[in-house]
Amino acid sequence: MQQQELIPHLFRTEYRKIVSVLCNLFGIDHIEIAEDIVSDTFLTATELWGLKGLPENPTAWLYTVAKNKTRDYLKRHTLFAQKIAGEIKYSSTSSEELDIDLSNKNIDDSQLAMMFAICHPCIPIESQIGLSLNLLCGFGAEEIADAFLTNKETIYKRLKRAKEKLRMEKVKIEQPSLLEINERLETVLTTLYLLFNEGYYSPSQNTGLRKDLCMEAMRLNYLLMANSTTNKPQVNALFSLMSFHSSRFDARTNPQGEPVLYDDQDTNLWNNELIAQGEYYLNLSSHGNQLSKYHLEAAIAYWHTEKQDSAEKWENILQLYNRLLQMEYSPIAALNRTYALARANGHEAAIIEAEKLNLNSNHLYHSLLGNLYAQINPTKALEHYQQSLALAKSVADKATITKHINRLGANDASINV
Amino acid sequence: MKNFLLVYRNDYNALPKTDRSPEEMQATMKLWMDWIGGIAAQNKLVDKGSSLAGGGKVVRPNNVVTDGPYTEIKELIGGFSIVKADSMEEAAELSKGCPIFATGGNVEVREINQM
Repeated sequence: MQQQELIPHLFRTEYRKIVSVLCNLFGIDHIEIAEDIVSDTFLTATELWGLKGLPENPTAWLYTVAKNKTRDYLKRHTLFAQKIAGEIKYSSTSSEELDIDLSNKNIDDSQLAMMFAICHPCIPIESQIGLSLNLLCGFGAEEIADAFLTNKETIYKRLKRAKEKLRMEKVKIEQPSLLEINERLETVLTTLYLLFNEGYYSPSQNTGLRKDLCMEAMRLNYLLMANSTTNKPQVNALFSLMSFHSSRFDARTNPQGEPVLYDDQDTNLWNNELIAQGEYYLNLSSHGNQLSKYHLEAAIAYWHTEKQDSAEKWENILQLYNRLLQMEYSPIAALNRTYALARANGHEAAIIEAEKLNLNSNHLYHSLLGNLYAQINPTKALEHYQQSLALAKSVADKATITKHINRLGANDASINV
Repeated sequence: MKNFLLVYRNDYNALPKTDRSPEEMQATMKLWMDWIGGIAAQNKLVDKGSSLAGGGKVVRPNNVVTDGPYTEIKELIGGFSIVKADSMEEAAELSKGCPIFATGGNVEVREINQM
């Protein structure tokens, strides 16, 4: 790898690791100091490597320099060193002896501890996702802004406010206790779920970035599974769900970055390894007697890996949605459930149910009705598709609806999964 | 939004007496699941509730305990659910389409008082 590619690559993989270890060392009050030290390390790397060429082991070089910079910082800021002395879990008395442990184990432990600190209920969910992307995934404000379709300043402010809040609440970065795992695992999983969805369903045209978001969500999820205390059935279920979804990643957008609907997808582009991985973790998730929404969603996603339509497939999907909605209502689950109802019980029955949903201002609702009416009443179908088009905001959504309108009359049954 | 209790009553005499096959039971289960799922899809389900086993005891003052209610009586309570709605009318509307009507049963709709 050339230097100009290597540094961004290392920034993505190593920045977050060193930051997590330093945050773990310094405590929540000093996240910025940790970030500064690591940013400074990368700056030094860019300058020196450009002049002297690449070191033999760039990662080890980064770790050594980060350690030295940390020690220097502590020497220069004795007050700070004294302040954090109580928080440092190591028995060292002076900063020179300070052991900055950048072993794989401590990196994993630190990232896990950070995950539980960031996913604290005192900050709003979009801040949890933002901070996770920033501190756990090494995303810059610009990339985060791109993913959220907002500007850099908004993200800066959001991250700053979130860090202040965590400081005020004196949230501790530490190995989560069993009690905390039970209390907060739900929030951690929600963040990972939304992080994945952000990548999977984001209207952003940047497919590379979107794929990265999904991969990061899976990596963090994997971290939870690698630790025996957090390796719970619902964690496996979420990983299974992500595996099934990402198996279609290459099939669901064409080379122009436009969405390809499920029915039009080339199954040769589906990733069989990821499908097998999804099945493996779905099986693992069935241990114990806890049924989470991730179990149900993973099971639904499993059925979608079967492209062949069958009565069994749609009946199973319908019943899974029936149970999912009993557990937690969401408009998207209600719409998908109604689509499954149409496939299992017929379009007439589904239209009656759809009319009761009360989701008139949702463009997907009108797309669904357009789909259900397509064979029965093309005029009504067109009306709904036009309403949907008027309500849709993103370019990708509008393109999809236009595709449906053009196909009206032809045999059209497509969902965006 | 207020909460309403739906009480499902069945006339057990009107039900087919023979043992039902697993397929028939599955078909009945599907009707119920689809119906409850439909209420949940409108975001109006509070608690899907439970179905009740047949038979039981009735306890009266002075520690008098008798068997019953017997399934011979008409309109035995077979289960319950809790839904939310803006009005009694809406709650009654939600109850339409309940699979219990197919077997001659009925749904009693009662508003739950807020404590």
